[in-house]
Amino acid sequence: MFDFLESGQYDVLGAFWVNVQLTFYSAIGSLVWGTVLAGMRVSPVPLMRAFGTAYVNVVRNTPLTLLIIGCSAGLYQTLGISLGGDNFKDIGFRLAVLGLIAYTGTFVCEALRSGINTVPVGQAEAARALGLSFFQVLTLIVLPQAFRTVIAPLTNVLIALTKNTTVAATIGVAEAALLMKEMIENEAQALFAVFAVFALGFVVLTLPTGLVLGWVAKRVAVKR
Amino acid sequence: MSSVLYDTPGPRAKARNWIYTGAFVVLSAAALWWVLAKMAEKNQLDAAKWTPFVEDSQIWSTFLIPGLMVTLQAGVVAMVIALPLGALLGIARLSDHAWVRKPVGAVVEFFRAIPVLMLMIFASAFFVQFTPVTSDMRPFYATVTGLVLYNASVIAEIVRAGILSLPRGQTDAAKAIGMRKSQVMTYVLLPQAVTAMLPALVSQLVVILKDTALGGAVLGLPDLMSMYRQISANYANTIATLVVIAALYIAFNFLLTSFASWLERKLRRSKKGTGTVLGVEEVDDLAAGPHPDGPVTPGAAGTVPEPEGPGEKA
Repeated sequence: MFDFLESGQYDVLGAFWVNVQLTFYSAIGSLVWGTVLAGMRVSPVPLMRAFGTAYVNVVRNTPLTLLIIGCSAGLYQTLGISLGGDNFKDIGFRLAVLGLIAYTGTFVCEALRSGINTVPVGQAEAARALGLSFFQVLTLIVLPQAFRTVIAPLTNVLIALTKNTTVAATIGVAEAALLMKEMIENEAQALFAVFAVFALGFVVLTLPTGLVLGWVAKRVAVKR
Repeated sequence: MSSVLYDTPGPRAKARNWIYTGAFVVLSAAALWWVLAKMAEKNQLDAAKWTPFVEDSQIWSTFLIPGLMVTLQAGVVAMVIALPLGALLGIARLSDHAWVRKPVGAVVEFFRAIPVLMLMIFASAFFVQFTPVTSDMRPFYATVTGLVLYNASVIAEIVRAGILSLPRGQTDAAKAIGMRKSQVMTYVLLPQAVTAMLPALVSQLVVILKDTALGGAVLGLPDLMSMYRQISANYANTIATLVVIAALYIAFNFLLTSFASWLERKLRRSKKGTGTVLGVEEVDDLAAGPHPDGPVTPGAAGTVPEPEGPGEKA
């Protein structure tokens, strides 16, 4: 039943490795972009707040599929922006990462912002009353508390990102969902076995992340 | 504005904020200029590429409106099937009997761990092999099946979180007046939980609508997403088409998101009931995946200082 795995015709692990790489680069990128967005959304400058709000509302209401296809059809095929990739494989990968960052960044931003909002205002007021400067308030009082409450939501963002990397299949990135589609077409008799293999792959990718980071989140949570 | 980060600005802070504003305007103008220049270079700003959307009614009647209808149909059908299924799974997961609770828990966690795209691809192949569904209806069935499998398990978690978020006193009081377990659930817990869950359910509908686009891109569902190929093939205006389609998605989803956060605010303020509300932020498409410590801490939903809903202007 599982003999399709031994035929050597399909590189299942290689396909999952692409998903892991997509997750890795997008996670780093969206953490940076999400932090920038969150910084705008809580900044004292009204124009930046407006931009942050508008960006988050627009992008998180757009289907990720549309964003990634837009990166491929709009940015690359129409405008010729290849993000420095020189072959089809590289370009598709980079465009997918760009789309994932643009999308996931909004969720990182919202998680960070709600983390900052859970710090009681009294904490910052007390710190200011002690004469701490803005950066001292930020780095000694607000961020340490915000960061601890943010781990659990960020874990969920990371898990969702891992699953969302399959959307890259829509622009032909050779990752797990695309390979699964191909295998199902070729090995129709082994439909359930193929599905089981790929489902297991994703359980293996997401379950440990959730368990480990969930344990961390519980340990460091601020008891209020 | 005074917040946890900033005091009300004085004269120096105000001056500094103006400098930041200026720098931000310059930066965004530069970015916008670069984008527009790039588009102009490839003739994407030509009026001929954009005017069909206002002048040519055919583009709406043959592509956009039918596409939008398919998207809405798929989303609504998936929601209508997933809702009772999810409610059933969610209640089963709270059962006192381990032989019900554990298998259902495993099923829910399994379907939440798998990308919805894979479920759709699997459903499509399943329909080919085992059912007589015609090939023109297959993409719709497959898309809806994938969405139902995934979202029923997410809704199961919403329902479970909604019931767990009710104060313990509700169950205790119901038991004290001699209600049976099924009565406690149907007369006391569920009606209150449904109210508490409404905002989360509405925002789940947004997630479903967004995910229908996968069916359009991979399975050949003739939805709004898939229309971009046909329109840009006819009018050679890829970017304009993508922008218009995105705007349609955003308009619909933004309406729903705003409705969800309005509902949440209204329920939170209302004097009736326990005041427990399962917020839009607590259960999101991104909140999917195994929760190691249960979905939402019981009783926490109403007490944590809530961030503003996503639909609000800061």
